[in-house]
Amino acid sequence: MNITFADLTPIIPEIIVAAVAASLLLIELLDKDKTKDYLGFIGIGVALVTIYLIPSSQGSAFNGMFISDGYSSYFKFIFLISLVLTILISFKFLQREEAEYGEYYSLLLFATAGMMLMASAADLILLYVGLELMALSTYILAGIKRHDLRSNEAAMKYFLLGAFSSSFLLFGISLLYGLTASTNIFQIAAFLKQGETSLTLLMAMIMVVCAFAFKIAAAPFHMWAPDVYEGAPTSVTAFMSVGPKAAGFAVIGRVFFTAFETVQMDWTAILIGLAILTMAVGNILAVVQTNIKRMLAYSSIAHAGYALIGIIAGTTEGLNAVMVYLLIYAFMNIGAFTIVILLDKGESIKGYNGLSKSHPIVAAMMLVFMFSLTGIPPTAGFIGKFNVFMAAINAGYTWVVVVAIIFSSISAYYYLRVVMNMYMKPMEEEMLIHPNPANGAALLISILMVFVIGIMPSVVVGYTFQLFM
Amino acid sequence: MQTGHDSHDAHAPVNTIARTLLYVPAIIAFVYLGAIFSVQINYQVLSWVIFLPIIGGFLIFAIPRKHEMYARAASLALSLIAFVLSLPLYLNFDKTTAKMQFTETHDWIPSWSIKYAVGVDGISVLFVLLSTLLTILCVTVSWTAITDKVKEFYGSLLLIEGSMIGVFCSLDFFLFYIFWEAMLIPMYILIGVWGGPNRVYAAIKFFLFTLVGSLLMLVGIIVLYYYTNKSFDILQMMNTNYPYAIQLILFWAFFAAFAVKVPMFPVHTWLPDAHTEAPTAGSVILAGILIKMGAYGFLRFSIPLFPEAAKAMAPLMIVLSVIAIIYGAVICLAQTDLKRLIAYSSVSHMGFVTLGIFALNMQGIQGGILQMINHGIVTGALFLCVGIVYERTHTREIAHYGGAATVMPVYAAFFMVFTLASIGLPGTNGFIGEFLILLGGFMAWKLMGILACTGIIIGAGYMLWLYQRVFFLQVNPDAHYHEDVNEREFLTLLPLVVLVLWIGFYPNTFLSFMEVSVQGLIDRVNMAGQQQLTQNIIEVIK
Repeated sequence: MNITFADLTPIIPEIIVAAVAASLLLIELLDKDKTKDYLGFIGIGVALVTIYLIPSSQGSAFNGMFISDGYSSYFKFIFLISLVLTILISFKFLQREEAEYGEYYSLLLFATAGMMLMASAADLILLYVGLELMALSTYILAGIKRHDLRSNEAAMKYFLLGAFSSSFLLFGISLLYGLTASTNIFQIAAFLKQGETSLTLLMAMIMVVCAFAFKIAAAPFHMWAPDVYEGAPTSVTAFMSVGPKAAGFAVIGRVFFTAFETVQMDWTAILIGLAILTMAVGNILAVVQTNIKRMLAYSSIAHAGYALIGIIAGTTEGLNAVMVYLLIYAFMNIGAFTIVILLDKGESIKGYNGLSKSHPIVAAMMLVFMFSLTGIPPTAGFIGKFNVFMAAINAGYTWVVVVAIIFSSISAYYYLRVVMNMYMKPMEEEMLIHPNPANGAALLISILMVFVIGIMPSVVVGYTFQLFM
Repeated sequence: MQTGHDSHDAHAPVNTIARTLLYVPAIIAFVYLGAIFSVQINYQVLSWVIFLPIIGGFLIFAIPRKHEMYARAASLALSLIAFVLSLPLYLNFDKTTAKMQFTETHDWIPSWSIKYAVGVDGISVLFVLLSTLLTILCVTVSWTAITDKVKEFYGSLLLIEGSMIGVFCSLDFFLFYIFWEAMLIPMYILIGVWGGPNRVYAAIKFFLFTLVGSLLMLVGIIVLYYYTNKSFDILQMMNTNYPYAIQLILFWAFFAAFAVKVPMFPVHTWLPDAHTEAPTAGSVILAGILIKMGAYGFLRFSIPLFPEAAKAMAPLMIVLSVIAIIYGAVICLAQTDLKRLIAYSSVSHMGFVTLGIFALNMQGIQGGILQMINHGIVTGALFLCVGIVYERTHTREIAHYGGAATVMPVYAAFFMVFTLASIGLPGTNGFIGEFLILLGGFMAWKLMGILACTGIIIGAGYMLWLYQRVFFLQVNPDAHYHEDVNEREFLTLLPLVVLVLWIGFYPNTFLSFMEVSVQGLIDRVNMAGQQQLTQNIIEVIK
């Protein structure tokens, strides 16, 4: 028998990220230096190299367990962008929060590697491995402020609930395996096409939906999000609200469009329910929040609802709309969190009173991010929503879009409250800001992309990323 | 409060008028030379008029805080240039065709077949000119009233101007929606930051009302896109016949957006708050142009795109309009706040506009468009007047005024002209517009025409009563009038008086612009149903 060494080209980006993540741990161990900034720079460098490598690493590896196609490449791009932005806003923030541990950057890279695996997984086992790698890293990241009770609580809560959702996923996978004798999504799809829809299959599908809904923080599996987002260090919150969410959507797209193709009617019905509930819960509960991190947590729940509409459309167009949406969401949401980090006491919404007086440029940027999250043109947020709505209407789900816009108008209220406090309320006390070149760069990138995508959407829309079938 | 003017003697008004009139030849010369210049040189009129204020607005934001007083001069210069640049629209406009003119088309988002397409026809051209004119006046009237965050104020004002003109010129639905929504941001800021005591509430109310309506329209636009062979091209849509059921649904989706903007009867409640609390310039923009966008939307989209639905719904629209006319007028009688009264009068006057539009005949629609222009001029002017006196007294309560004519005779004269124009006295522009609308209204539905007339009568009641309470009677000892209008304020109001009388005596200058386009619109409405009918007949025969 002739054993050849597997062709690793498609998975090289993941290998690099994971290897560097591991070596960062070692470097940190050997090094007694106080500041850990250079680890972050290594992380950014790796991310950029990987972005450069991704286009040239297409194909499948490990007997089709791992697929690198246009779809996964796009998601990896989103993950790496959010990784870079997160590292940029972390440097000085970690020092301020006295949470500067070398593991931080390493864990960010591990989480990213996990997400990249998820996006590329064509096998449910690999998917699970990627998901756990991501999840475990983010559990620790959420609790990285070891001496802060709220951070501990966040990590604990996230871990317990996350473990619960993982078990759902495993349960679903084992049911599927029992049905089809395979964990490969293509083989599952092929098998399911022959047989009839059974109750077991629906059970399995629902289990998988639950697990993924947890990852994207869709209601009613959203309970962890506000507490974790609030307790975790803000930079980690920024990362969690974008990366793992996008990864969740990546696997939803891959698994539902491929493996569960035969039960599309069923999962569409479930997802419509989830999406509407998610938008309702996210938008309505966000209105009453007084802490901006909690508000952004509920807003991120709501945005998961909007993005789900693209999945509901069930077309390649819809899937591409979701991808564009998540990319746009990465820029505007991390941008908003960057402002929260920039401010000394940026957590209370009341604290933003009169910000336009003391720091007009910061306030103007926050204004742009808030309007973008609301989805007002000419910002990128509008293009994201428009794109998703177009796909859903084309697929015949106009009524879902109408529901979405009703909740979307509710969202204007709480985003605008931040603007209102900044521009229309008198200043209560001078707000200190902590500007530094790194988070300045993150802000600049985000704001630029919000406007560029908003005014010239052609840079992101119009490409078609087919799923590898 | 104005300081530096010390002339309190009896000759002061005469002096002011004399000094002010010295500026008039200079202004005429400026406009004349500007007109010659702008007609001579070759440039893309609409793009310049849209983007000069927008880019200028962003540049004004960039002025350092310590030099921000230059923002006033800069925005005055920009708005004057924009006005001069828009003059070819008046001078070079071809009145003999209903086709779009001054068109420009560029590919924008090819994958969605979205184009940057702008152009004007007889329905929209006057609104562009009105926008560029009113913006100048908004800048001058705010000259001393705005002292806080000056550059943000003028920057926002110019952004609003650019996007408003964009709304009137867009020939691509996506582009239209971008301008339509983008305007909300600076307008929200304008009301919320520089407005009156209850500004925050008014601003958010304005924003949410408009947003809900616009988003429903957005869904309508997307549905339309798929029914038009994946195109956002408005001209193509105007030549497409949609199934009646779709027409009906989309008519209501668009109605949500336009009715909120106009505002029509049940969804008008944001208007009194927003108009009352907005700073003077904001009120002028709101009353003068922004609410016209709703009625313009009916004319440009609802009627030509969904002609049968429009015809079917016209009676309902007329009833809503008449309710707005009478209800708005009656509520005016009960107002104690100057601005609020004028705001409610807007509800009444815009009722006339929608009545004319949905009369769906030549007189009605022409009158509706003209009345929109009139209302922009007259209500804009009234808000300018209130702003001028508010800057001196800092109160909007009618009860705090009285005897103003004794102290401010020139001001009183201006206010009188605009009051009479608002009532619709023959010789003023209001008469022409309302007369045409009632003519059209009578032809469409006699009873409603008669009911609408009562609106005019009540209108005369509340405006004259307002005038009496503010300007006549005893001089209110609590009122802090200091001096009459100064040169700047005089010059701000003067062009509007000229327009009031111009349209009042020779409306044909303006009616001739729209005649052919309106005829085209009416043909479209009349034809559309018949085409469907003939198609049905053919199918039956087959």
